[in-house]
Amino acid sequence: MLLTLDHVRKSYPGGRPVLNDVSLSLDAGQTLALTGESGSGKSTLLHVAAALDGFDGGEVTLKGSPLSPLDDAGRAELRRNSLSLVFQQFNLIPSLTVAQNLALHARLADRYDPDWVAHLADRLGLTELVDRYPEHLSGGQQQRVAIGRAMASKPALLLADEPTGNLDETASAVVLDLMLGLVAETGAALLLVTHSMDIAARLDRRAHLSGGKIT
Amino acid sequence: MTRAILLVLLSHWRMHRLQLVTLLTGIALATGLWSAVQAINAEARASYARASDQLALGQFDEIRDPAGSISLSRYVDLRRAGWQVAAVLDGSIRIEGQTVRVMGIDMVSAPALPAVTQTEQSATPPEPADILTAPGRLLVSPDLAPVFEGLDGYPPVIVSTALPPSFVLTDIGVAESLLDRSGQISRLIVLPEQPLDIPSLGDVAPGLIRTSPASQLDTAQLTDSFHLNLSAFGLLSFAVGLFIVHGTVGLAFSHRRGMIRTLRALGVAMPHLVRIILFELVTLALVGGVLGLVLGFFIAGALLPDVAATLRGLYGAPVDGQLSLRPAWALAGLLMAIGGTLAASVHALWRLSEMPLLAGPGVQAWRGSATSWRITAVTGVTMIAGGGICFAMFGGLLAGFVMLAGLLTGAALLLPLVLSLLLAALSRRANGPVAQWVWADMWSQLPGLSLAMMALLLALAANIGVGTMVSSFRLTFTGWLDQRLVSELYITAGDDAQGQLISEWLAPKTDAILPIRSVELPHETGPLFLYGVVDDPTYSEHWPLIARSPEAWARVHNDRAVLINEQLARRANLWPGDVLTLPPDHTLPIVGVYSDYGNPTGQAIVAMPVLDSIVPKVPTRRFGIRVDPSVATDLAQTLRDRFGLPTSAVVQQSAMKAQSLAIFDKTFVVTSALNVLTLGVAGFAILTSLLTLWTQRLPQVAPIWALGQTRAQLARLELVRSVLLAGLTAVLALPLGLLLAWVLLAVINVQAFGWRLPMHLFPADWLRLFLLTMLAAAVAAALPALRLLRLPPADLLKVFANER
Repeated sequence: MLLTLDHVRKSYPGGRPVLNDVSLSLDAGQTLALTGESGSGKSTLLHVAAALDGFDGGEVTLKGSPLSPLDDAGRAELRRNSLSLVFQQFNLIPSLTVAQNLALHARLADRYDPDWVAHLADRLGLTELVDRYPEHLSGGQQQRVAIGRAMASKPALLLADEPTGNLDETASAVVLDLMLGLVAETGAALLLVTHSMDIAARLDRRAHLSGGKIT
Repeated sequence: MTRAILLVLLSHWRMHRLQLVTLLTGIALATGLWSAVQAINAEARASYARASDQLALGQFDEIRDPAGSISLSRYVDLRRAGWQVAAVLDGSIRIEGQTVRVMGIDMVSAPALPAVTQTEQSATPPEPADILTAPGRLLVSPDLAPVFEGLDGYPPVIVSTALPPSFVLTDIGVAESLLDRSGQISRLIVLPEQPLDIPSLGDVAPGLIRTSPASQLDTAQLTDSFHLNLSAFGLLSFAVGLFIVHGTVGLAFSHRRGMIRTLRALGVAMPHLVRIILFELVTLALVGGVLGLVLGFFIAGALLPDVAATLRGLYGAPVDGQLSLRPAWALAGLLMAIGGTLAASVHALWRLSEMPLLAGPGVQAWRGSATSWRITAVTGVTMIAGGGICFAMFGGLLAGFVMLAGLLTGAALLLPLVLSLLLAALSRRANGPVAQWVWADMWSQLPGLSLAMMALLLALAANIGVGTMVSSFRLTFTGWLDQRLVSELYITAGDDAQGQLISEWLAPKTDAILPIRSVELPHETGPLFLYGVVDDPTYSEHWPLIARSPEAWARVHNDRAVLINEQLARRANLWPGDVLTLPPDHTLPIVGVYSDYGNPTGQAIVAMPVLDSIVPKVPTRRFGIRVDPSVATDLAQTLRDRFGLPTSAVVQQSAMKAQSLAIFDKTFVVTSALNVLTLGVAGFAILTSLLTLWTQRLPQVAPIWALGQTRAQLARLELVRSVLLAGLTAVLALPLGLLLAWVLLAVINVQAFGWRLPMHLFPADWLRLFLLTMLAAAVAAALPALRLLRLPPADLLKVFANER
């Protein structure tokens, strides 16, 4: 298994449980949609899986390595080398050009391949925009840059948190098509958080989170 | 990876060039002003050391006569007894309106002085006989070469670069004639090589005292207080500059919160990020520091001539007016830049490092809050109390400055809370929606502007405090000059004999002739100048006594009593009722203490017969003449014509006062310049704060624009907001400035110079400063206001379209 969540528990400060004995797994090359109502804990689960956030009990295993013993530096190294993230808010670096943003994660992971990045820019329709800064792009274009940045390091696992949540219907469809196409092309696994059943239907598997439990 | 992270961090400055310029300017200003002061201090101290080395002083023991000059016979006795000593005669002459220090030394027995060695090794060395026999030779410093050029009546001149400025070195025989002090010796230099079997000094020349180099009061010690004062002002300027750095770094880091969060999400560990940010800060500090060093070098170069003149006038200290670049100074400046930048950034960096990975990127997190203001205010009160306690426990000049630093920093930290309370109170009294919005808006802007306002408060308080101190000093000094310089004419005769002739000729033509006779004596507090005065009502009617016994002047003339100056009184803690001990064994009751501004050394006054009994044969070459003021000018000219005196030997009271005031004003040129520069830095801090806050202004003003206010009205309100905040700060700076003035006058001056001054108030100066502050605030706000005025409506609409 590439990613395993085994009886994971997590509560917010104050004691309110947000993940209650959650277990799920994801194999290499698989795509999994995680759905649920607002506040159901979808993003929290993704953050835990991405080693962005800690958990109170259970275990998360990525590529066979448990996350709970890792310190901050170990978690950072894991995020850098073993997975990639796409956020709802794009989270591009505003002071870097499109080309620099595309290459950023790959450079940090020391896996920068200019030809691959150029191919990504072409696939994502960004070739004409590489010298622009994010503030001069539309929301859909920014999210395409974010996907390109995530895929530039050729990750084994892509984690996407509501990647189309800030986009209109047309842009959403384009972004989703591109992301799924690239995942298929690279053989990466995908864990996608969404509240849209239509989007979830396009992935291999679906899991629904409700009251902190997978149902 | 490190390179990639560094490029990401540096890309921020490409997008925010104004922030970069502001940050570098803040570092450069802080470093520049501090380094300028340090360059001046270093140059002055290097001059003292150079002078000491060049004269080979400060390395030999000396023999002095506590009673004044050493007689020729005693010198001969010592030489015959086998003592290897060299005679020295010190003095000064006026040439072409310039005071020139003359040192005559027995060239036959003297140690190898650098200037003499340099002359001997030159391409055309003079014959030794030419130096030792009449007319002799004058070795002069390069600055004196043009002064002696074309002057008759002086021996031939040899220019030597191995001499301090305004200095003449010659054989003692030539110096006797130059100084008109035949047969006198100021001191003897004890040469290092002495026979083993020489008799003791007490046996050969009883009464003479041998002193080691360590116990000789040198120029560097005399001028320590002056340099410490300059350093304190430099430190204040440095602190004001760091406010800009602190504000800019805080804002830059807040703008980068999103970038930092993304980098961490992409797998960069926080400790690694912090190390790279530290590297970035040090690099920026080095760039700003180098700019600051260049700035400081030019400022120091501009100020040094005045400082040199002040040090020469006040202390007779030999200081070159030329600045040289010293590696140690540059290194210290860069270290200050780095240290200051890191100190100003540590809070923002700490907050950044503590930011949770999943925190939002909001700029607001950087800003203060009512709670943090209260914590800051408590810190401020603690610092004020800590400074006060430090001074109460330890006393002294350094503790005085610690108290001052605590007061200023503490008051600055109190400012945000005080301003917020004031704004809240004013907001409650506002009528009409726009007025209510303006006050509320000012309150909401306060966190972003509070650092600039703190810098402004410090600069204004320093201006008011130092201005009040200088003006009080000037007022007191002017009044004191009126009291002290009561004689209508001041005459300097060529020698004792001429002095006697002039005195006899003047006797029937004047109301009184007041001889000015003095001698330098050693004292535990340093050199002490003993003056003799004749029994004349001029003294008792005009001499300014700040503490006195009953019938003080009568006791001076009848009971061998003494008056001492304030410096000596405070240093030795001697007051009326105590006794002053003078060498070898004179004890004189103290009956009064007089103020004596501008004089760094101790001084005492006795009746003329007492002076003669303590030190016989003190020269009588200078006189104060009491005469009807209407005839003073004619009499001065008659004296010059009749006795062949140069113009400078007969000086009228008004000229003497003007000369004294000119020296006084020159003394504070540096202080005034630093005052203006500090205020300029504070004005710049307001400008940069307003500009950096500009990015957050649109969401605040767009709703008001949408509700019907025009952009012109909003632009005007921007100006009003800045001016009002600066005005409130200026009002709060007034009591702080007056408190600062009081500390300077009652604590720092007393500790540094030994005199205490009365405090005077100058409301007109405050008003001028207040108006200047309003103007500076308006100018600083003009650019953001202009931007707002010209802002396309489409940009304001973006706020509502959520496209920003």
